[in-house]
Amino acid sequence: MTRIQYSVTDMANKHGRSREALLPILQDIYQAKHVISDEDMVNVARELDISAAHVYGTATFYSFLETQQSGKYIIRLCKTITCMMHGKNPVLQELERILKIKPGQTTPDGLFTLKETNCLGQCHKGPAMLVNDNPHTQLTPESVREIIDSYRREALSY
Amino acid sequence: MIKNLKRLDLIFKNEQDTEAILEKTLARSNEEIVNDLIDSGLKGRGGAGFPTGLKWRLAADDPADEKYIICNADEGEPGTFKDREILSSVPNKVLAGMAVCARIIGSKQGFIYLRNEYKFLVPGLEIVISEFHELMDRLNLEFRVAIFMGSGAYICGEESALFESMEGKRGEPRNKPPYPTNFGYKGKPTVINNVETLAHTYSIFKYGPDKFRDLGIKDSRGSKVFSVSGDTPIPGIYELEFGMTLQKFVDDFGDGDSKAVQVGGASGFCVPRKKFEKTIIGYQGKLTGVSLPTGGSMMIFNSSRSMYNVLRNYLDFFVEESCGQCTPCRVGTQQLLLGIEAVKRGEKPSGYLDKLLELAETMRLTAKCGLGQSVANSFSSIVENFREEMIY
Amino acid sequence: MSDQVTLKIDGISVSVKRGTTVLDAAKTINIRIPTLCHHEDLCVAGNCRVCVVEQTGTDRLIPACAMPAADGMEIHSNSLKVRNARKQIVELLVSEHRAECTTCYKNGNCELQALSHEYIIGENGYINLIPLKEYTIDYYSPSIIKDDSKCIRCQRCVRTCDELQGVGALTVSHKGSEMKISTFMDKPIYQVVCTNCGQCVNRCPTGALVERHYIDEVWAAIYNEKKFVVVQTAPAVRVALAEALGHEPGEIVTGKMVAALRRLGFDAVLDTDFTADLTIIEEGHELLQRLKRALKDKDPDVKLPMTTSCSPGWVKFLEHIFPEFMENLSTAKSPQQMFGALAKTFYASKIGVEPASMVSVSIMPCTAKKYEANRPEMYASGYQDVDYVLTTRELALMIKQAGIDFNSLADDDYDSIMGESSGAGVIFGATGGVMEAALRTVYEVVTGREVPFDGLNITPVRGVEGVREASILINKTLPEWSFLEGVELKTCVAHGLNNARNVMKAVRDGSASYHFIEIMACPGGCLGGGGQPIPTSSDIRKRRSSAIYQEDSQKVIRKSHENPEIVQIYKEFLIEPLGHTSHKLLHTKYTARERY
Ligand SMILES: Cc1cc2nc3c(=O)[nH]c(=O)nc-3n(C[C@H](O)[C@H](O)[C@H](O)COP(=O)(O)O)c2cc1C
Ligand code: SF4
Ligand code: SF4
Ligand code: SF4
Ligand code: SF4
Ligand code: FES
Ligand code: FES
Repeated sequence: MTRIQYSVTDMANKHGRSREALLPILQDIYQAKHVISDEDMVNVARELDISAAHVYGTATFYSFLETQQSGKYIIRLCKTITCMMHGKNPVLQELERILKIKPGQTTPDGLFTLKETNCLGQCHKGPAMLVNDNPHTQLTPESVREIIDSYRREALSY
Repeated sequence: MIKNLKRLDLIFKNEQDTEAILEKTLARSNEEIVNDLIDSGLKGRGGAGFPTGLKWRLAADDPADEKYIICNADEGEPGTFKDREILSSVPNKVLAGMAVCARIIGSKQGFIYLRNEYKFLVPGLEIVISEFHELMDRLNLEFRVAIFMGSGAYICGEESALFESMEGKRGEPRNKPPYPTNFGYKGKPTVINNVETLAHTYSIFKYGPDKFRDLGIKDSRGSKVFSVSGDTPIPGIYELEFGMTLQKFVDDFGDGDSKAVQVGGASGFCVPRKKFEKTIIGYQGKLTGVSLPTGGSMMIFNSSRSMYNVLRNYLDFFVEESCGQCTPCRVGTQQLLLGIEAVKRGEKPSGYLDKLLELAETMRLTAKCGLGQSVANSFSSIVENFREEMIY
Repeated sequence: MSDQVTLKIDGISVSVKRGTTVLDAAKTINIRIPTLCHHEDLCVAGNCRVCVVEQTGTDRLIPACAMPAADGMEIHSNSLKVRNARKQIVELLVSEHRAECTTCYKNGNCELQALSHEYIIGENGYINLIPLKEYTIDYYSPSIIKDDSKCIRCQRCVRTCDELQGVGALTVSHKGSEMKISTFMDKPIYQVVCTNCGQCVNRCPTGALVERHYIDEVWAAIYNEKKFVVVQTAPAVRVALAEALGHEPGEIVTGKMVAALRRLGFDAVLDTDFTADLTIIEEGHELLQRLKRALKDKDPDVKLPMTTSCSPGWVKFLEHIFPEFMENLSTAKSPQQMFGALAKTFYASKIGVEPASMVSVSIMPCTAKKYEANRPEMYASGYQDVDYVLTTRELALMIKQAGIDFNSLADDDYDSIMGESSGAGVIFGATGGVMEAALRTVYEVVTGREVPFDGLNITPVRGVEGVREASILINKTLPEWSFLEGVELKTCVAHGLNNARNVMKAVRDGSASYHFIEIMACPGGCLGGGGQPIPTSSDIRKRRSSAIYQEDSQKVIRKSHENPEIVQIYKEFLIEPLGHTSHKLLHTKYTARERY
């Protein structure tokens, strides 16, 4: 994830100012900042000439848009049945142990946010998770340790 | 490993003849192409099973001059992952299907509504789409396809919720009628098809309707891509002929100890072992026994699994993924979940399950969209077949 | 395709226009199908599902409110299958609801309660979800209380705020079990763009959105020996009060209302219509002054069009959404606030009462007036000018509480001074009324002649269309107004804030140009106010409106400047329109606000 600071106006210029542009704009904001702030929502509302409350109502409908700050890496671990059957819980426990956070929380260094999510469409290779946009499958407690380590290293190398 | 069932290779066969097939197809009249589709017996693979040729014709018949074709790649049904595979290995077929549909209905703009969980597919798709645009120019077709990313909501796979979402709103399903072929995206006539449906049209253009028709059984023609997961030694994606019995399926895919198969994901039906033989996989055409439609999700459970846990997991899914607008679904899903938990803990008598079965039936009768209507499928089939497991 | 479709409902054959819903088709043959999310003023939602009916040949039930009637349909509105399903749906709603009717403000006037009664919900056995959920009760606003635990998520409020008001203060947020009605970031109502118009309150079927009531405070003041309690009554209250007391819409009960207020114990019963006349004088002269600065002095800073400022919902809307037009708002206060400022100054000294011991109460068709009375600017008298604002509904409740048999009351008259009004003051209660009243006066000031309309009825500004334009040619002016000779005075009238938004957008982008715009926040004007009796519909508003125009036509005095008490107050106290005292007491200023 590159932290490019766009202005909401730039995004409206890119995606247009009709209501259809709302989700692409919110997605871009979230992609860039891993949060959609109050101020951003008001600015989007102004650019598209819609109510700020509706921007909020729309954003909160979707699980990939958040009005709370998330970490640099958002981990979404599948909690649906086949991943559950193939060992999601031990993987979750391991994640909780090494990150020292519970689902819904972000590590104090702002690197990782841990979430549980519904089926990721990787059921034949469960347990599965996404880290930002990247799928990781056939997880085991051992493999998630390595995966988290590699993201930590990546973060350090910036 | 697969002994009983014929594996097919129509969809995933890597065919690089898109241009030739499109040229050949587009040389024919709209009427001829639609008739072929109808003759082939192709029905929608997104779950509802609407005849594809008829859908295209309805949209074509609408006099509006602005129309859309949308490929539904929101694939959110638990246990389904075939659309992902189709889009990553043969996206050219899907795009070709969209192009032909666009010519027939008179659409200049198509969209692929891609679930956010599949964002990693975008770079590859973008390359294919830009090549496709060049092809459109060579073929003198004024048609463009764009990717619209979902933002994480299972309900947005429901067609009218998908339109709302593309319009920048909450994905709340609309009242029907009006139907998408007259009133879809931005209120314009819209054809919306599942990824696999569109890929099948390509095979029909290429090989003709008869070859497709020859596969499968009455009312359920052609092949179907199945996503197989759960207690199976060979999880994965399989293209199989329609019309098999569940017994044959389990013989090939089960681990020898299969106790139940959930056909069609969380919104599908749970079939216990004793009904494997009598259950046929296909659209509701009732040959013998029961036939079950499916978006292709097949989850196999062996006897070590608690069906209570399975049901709880599904209900948890619905409680979260209901859009929340209509009473039966928003409140009903919560009551079903809390209800089976209360029975399990002994806080409600086992007879409470009967009240919940009635509730599930009311949800089926009164919910606004397919999500709330189909909660009863898994709920009732699991509770009725595994009642003991719910209580003890 | 024929224009009519024929179907059968409960065995009765009925023909309706194509496109009619099954619900409306049933209405035409007097079959009532229960509804919750449906409201005649709003678009179809189809989300509560209590209106489901059975159609022969269809397994699933269909929502009557959303399903267009079709030829050959056979509908059963009350089969066992239907009744069972409806009952379960109401049970589900109740399981998600903090059903504590005895302590609920909506007790007795609640659509969910009525349905629960009809379907005998009783102890239904579903798990009570309320203790398992977090919910908020927002009682920080002076106008509106929002109690999420009473919400059935029918989204009527959201549709009202969007479709009628174009405000979008309320939205649906989250999904699934978490789905709820929210403001921006779930802030309290008083912190957001909400105009306090109360239209959502008027349409909420339950106790989830109600006005903040001040009944107990008013009783306390009445029974406080040391307090002198004056009450004023807005123009639109008299044409709707009776509805809340069991009468048909469209009855005028001015005399009985005055009698009831006296019986309740108010020390002086006065009329907001009087200050409505006063508003016309002040606002009319302000318009003329702006026109003079623009046309004669060629002053580039003068702001036109001028818009009315008597609707506090509209004022707040403009402060949030169009702050760049703040100087276009007339500085004249609303009649309620003019009244308040005069009550504790002019009137108090006239009757020899200490302003500090005076309590000023107003009866309004409006919830925004509650907010307006609490604005920090509204202390012109040195005290809070209006202490308590009650809605028409609250007054009706007080009348019931006092055990008064409203029907048997003999008509009574307002006290004086500040009790007399002209027909112009009366029509303030209807959309277009302020415009008509202003034109009656302004035209005469400028030309010395009455407005050239039959019976002074300026019909082009009357009506129900959301936006109406009218222009009036000024000629043969009096010498001092010669700069207006031949000027076509262009006016526009809009009601419902969504229409107001469109008008202001047109003004902003230059596609419309006017001199004077009247805007009322509520559909129909004050007669359709958020504080009026529930229910409301276009038909009910039409009947209230005819009552208002009937009252106007029966008045001896039809023009504000001819109201003898208005003449008197200028002679004794105010001296001249826009004069020093007026500026101190009768004019105000505005504040730019956030866009959310
Ligand atoms: C809750 C719900 C979720 C759905 N999700 C999908 C989906 O992810 N993909 C899909 O193709 N169809 C989905 N559908 C079905 C679509 O509404 C629609 O019928 C389908 O896209 C039509 O395409 P087809 O005719 O090719 O099947 C869903 C329906 C419901 C009720
Ligand atoms: S059935 Fe569920 S998902 Fe569908 S509209 Fe109703 S609440 Fe939304
Ligand atoms: S909102 Fe209606 S049902 Fe609920 S407590 Fe109040 S009166 Fe009773
Ligand atoms: S607040 Fe009232 S009008 Fe709004 S959704 Fe809730 S119950 Fe309906
Ligand atoms: S009071 Fe008026 S502005 Fe405020 S939320 Fe209700 S309808 Fe919207
Ligand atoms: S169940 Fe986990 S990816 Fe599908
Ligand atoms: S009244 Fe028809 S669904 Fe609510």
